[in-house]
Amino acid sequence: MIARLTESFDFHSQALTLRGQRQRLIAGNIANADTPGFQARDFDFALALRTATGGAGPGLAIASGVMTPGGRSAPVLRYAVPSQTNLDSNTVDMDRERAAFADNAVKYESTLRFINGSVRTMLDAMKSHQG
Amino acid sequence: MSLLNIFDIAGSGVSAQSQRLNVVASNLANADTVAGPDGSAYKARQVVFQTALAAGGDARGASAGVRVSTISEDTSPGRRVHDPRHPGADTDGYVTYSNVNPVEEMVNMISASRSYQNNVEVMNTARSLLLKTLQIGQA
Repeated sequence: MIARLTESFDFHSQALTLRGQRQRLIAGNIANADTPGFQARDFDFALALRTATGGAGPGLAIASGVMTPGGRSAPVLRYAVPSQTNLDSNTVDMDRERAAFADNAVKYESTLRFINGSVRTMLDAMKSHQG
Repeated sequence: MSLLNIFDIAGSGVSAQSQRLNVVASNLANADTVAGPDGSAYKARQVVFQTALAAGGDARGASAGVRVSTISEDTSPGRRVHDPRHPGADTDGYVTYSNVNPVEEMVNMISASRSYQNNVEVMNTARSLLLKTLQIGQA
């Protein structure tokens, strides 16, 4: 029973880590909005989460993730396709980055709520015998 | 902790943009400067941004801040006005002003202040997310 609850913790902690990484990546894009030649980057969250939680086949995991010294697989970064060309070949689209940043922040918070919900469920399960 | 790095990244953006604002302010202040005794007037300056990979971050450069690599001077000749009675006039009666283009500088200022605001908002969002992360398991 406990194992099943901690499994869900594992999943959400992986999701939270990836959300944090994506938030950092988008922050880097926004900081470099005026850097000449900077190429905006992002990663496919669904694929990264599948790879990190072992939901994908081993072949896919090798093809899509690079193992970091920490043992966690780091998501593959992709370059953004610019919607409008820029004279200094900077591909940061500020509207898209702002939208992605807000979207990612909300999803980070929702993952936090899932974790809090699991914690509360587990605490309730522990308390029920005492009452 | 990856969210703490956001403060470094957005902080580098804020400081680079504020340096750009400083340069714009210096250019605007010197927009009407005339040539000194050496014959060269103030030259407009521009900051050049460069991507700075976060120190100690992952090797693949997932997190990238920004820094000012150089401040370049605009080498175009200054504005020359014929005004023989001006104390700064040369032997032909021309006064050389600085080569600052106020329109360009104003546009640069607006762009810099927008980018500054964006980076500050990134920091505020990261701060509130971190505070909520600290409260995991409470309540």
